[in-house]
Amino acid sequence: MKQLTFDAVVIGGGAAGMAAALELDARGHSVLILEREDTLGGILMQCIHNGFGLIEFNEELTGPEFAQRFEEQVRARNIQASLRTTVLDIREESGLKAVYCVSPTQGMMRVESRAIVLAMGCRERNRGNIRIPGTRPAGIYTAGLAQRLVNIEGYIPGKDVVIIGSGDIGLIMARRMSWSGCKVHAVIEILPYPSGLTRNIVQCLNDFGIPLYLSHLVTDIYGKDRVEGIEVTPIESGALMHEKAFKIACDTVLLSVGLVPENELSRNAGIEIQPTTNGPWADSALMTTMPGVFACGNVLHVHDLVDYVVEEARRAGANAAAWLSGYRPAREIRAKTGSNIRYVMPMRVNPERENRLYMRSLVVKNDARLEVRLDGTVVKSRKLAHIQPSEMLSLTLVPEDLAAAGRDSTVEIALV
Amino acid sequence: MRELICITCPMGCHLAVDTDARGEMKVTGNRCLRGEQYAREEIFNPKRVVTFTCAAVLPDGGTPGPESNLPRRVPVRTTGAFPKERIPELLGALKGMTVRLPAVRGSVVLKKALDTEVDVIVARGIAPE
Repeated sequence: MKQLTFDAVVIGGGAAGMAAALELDARGHSVLILEREDTLGGILMQCIHNGFGLIEFNEELTGPEFAQRFEEQVRARNIQASLRTTVLDIREESGLKAVYCVSPTQGMMRVESRAIVLAMGCRERNRGNIRIPGTRPAGIYTAGLAQRLVNIEGYIPGKDVVIIGSGDIGLIMARRMSWSGCKVHAVIEILPYPSGLTRNIVQCLNDFGIPLYLSHLVTDIYGKDRVEGIEVTPIESGALMHEKAFKIACDTVLLSVGLVPENELSRNAGIEIQPTTNGPWADSALMTTMPGVFACGNVLHVHDLVDYVVEEARRAGANAAAWLSGYRPAREIRAKTGSNIRYVMPMRVNPERENRLYMRSLVVKNDARLEVRLDGTVVKSRKLAHIQPSEMLSLTLVPEDLAAAGRDSTVEIALV
Repeated sequence: MRELICITCPMGCHLAVDTDARGEMKVTGNRCLRGEQYAREEIFNPKRVVTFTCAAVLPDGGTPGPESNLPRRVPVRTTGAFPKERIPELLGALKGMTVRLPAVRGSVVLKKALDTEVDVIVARGIAPE
């Protein structure tokens, strides 16, 4: 078995992995990126639509353009990346981290390091996850799989399409399929509000006259060999209105019903996973419960903008570098969720440093206020014109905000 | 009257666009001035950035097979916003086009597409090994 040694190993060569590796390299540490696909770039390579990079590059790029700008930096710095390499296991061995992985050209490899950055991204929830009744014919895809088929493999998966769930990938695919000559008949959303960004509702549905059924549930899928249609049932005051159910004929069903961080490796390594995010628990340095293992991007919590992914990944990379150089926070205090907040990431703040926090709202609301309370006292507050669960919120806490923090203090983030 | 949703910011104001007695455009429902500008642009000159893919062709004229590590499609995009009503025509032109590998990011596929000021360019560099 081939043996390699680096200061740090980054698992995943998408936007997060590349951004983290660049920071480690810039601080003088040797780093290896492990990537299972043929190219660096991750999911961005199939996201051919524009809208990426407004914060990072101050211009609107497509996914591949955004990814390749990072890939060029990685190449320019001579950072090593092992492609077509699947990581099988992460272990602690004699005080060091051992990453076991396999590739068609190198066979089995064992990579030893003192720090690891997890950047494996996320994957799509599927039909089994949301338990849609009905037959099991061909023609049912997750939206991201259909996106890969259309944009990279060059196949159009069907002609008459219905999309279940109003997540952004589903909305983007509604436009993509329409532009490819398909008819998208409807988008069905169980919640009373769309789960995708407003700009995608307008430009991907309204532009094509595609109806969006809010508070509707798909209660059946028909078809023996190929999908022939679906049954849709309205929900009123929380109850299914079976007498108002209707059918839509289609040959293809795309699912856009949420994303789950891909944490099998983390779980196997014994890293604690949070039920609110499905990602690792993380301290103020984005370090998981396994000392020296950091996490960033969609494997930590699902982001809606890649710009925030790279911002977070840079901090994870810089923190991993600081860890390698021996820095340990003197103390950390707990960050917890207050009213109307689903989660706060990370779960600890460092009162001696600047802390960047990300959070998600549980509610849709105009004229809201974000409040930071230190042991019940408001130390920071910000007006927000509009909040909704699909738009991630962020906040920076500086040492002055936390000056009054004692040993057992708690910071609470709330939306009021 | 036309109804629009402003997408300038995440607020998503629901705009109502009407003409008053003198035939002037009147926008209501916007919380800021950008909403009115958005409505004006959407009504008189709607434009969209178009992203699409073209078939990849190998240097020898073949197409990447299933065993190949190369993608079979090359992403392309307009260099700026393109008149919305002419998008179907543009897609028709792009549909039959191919991009020969190696593809160079930023290289022009269609210069001044349909006599507009907008080019269509390759959005991903692809180099066969």
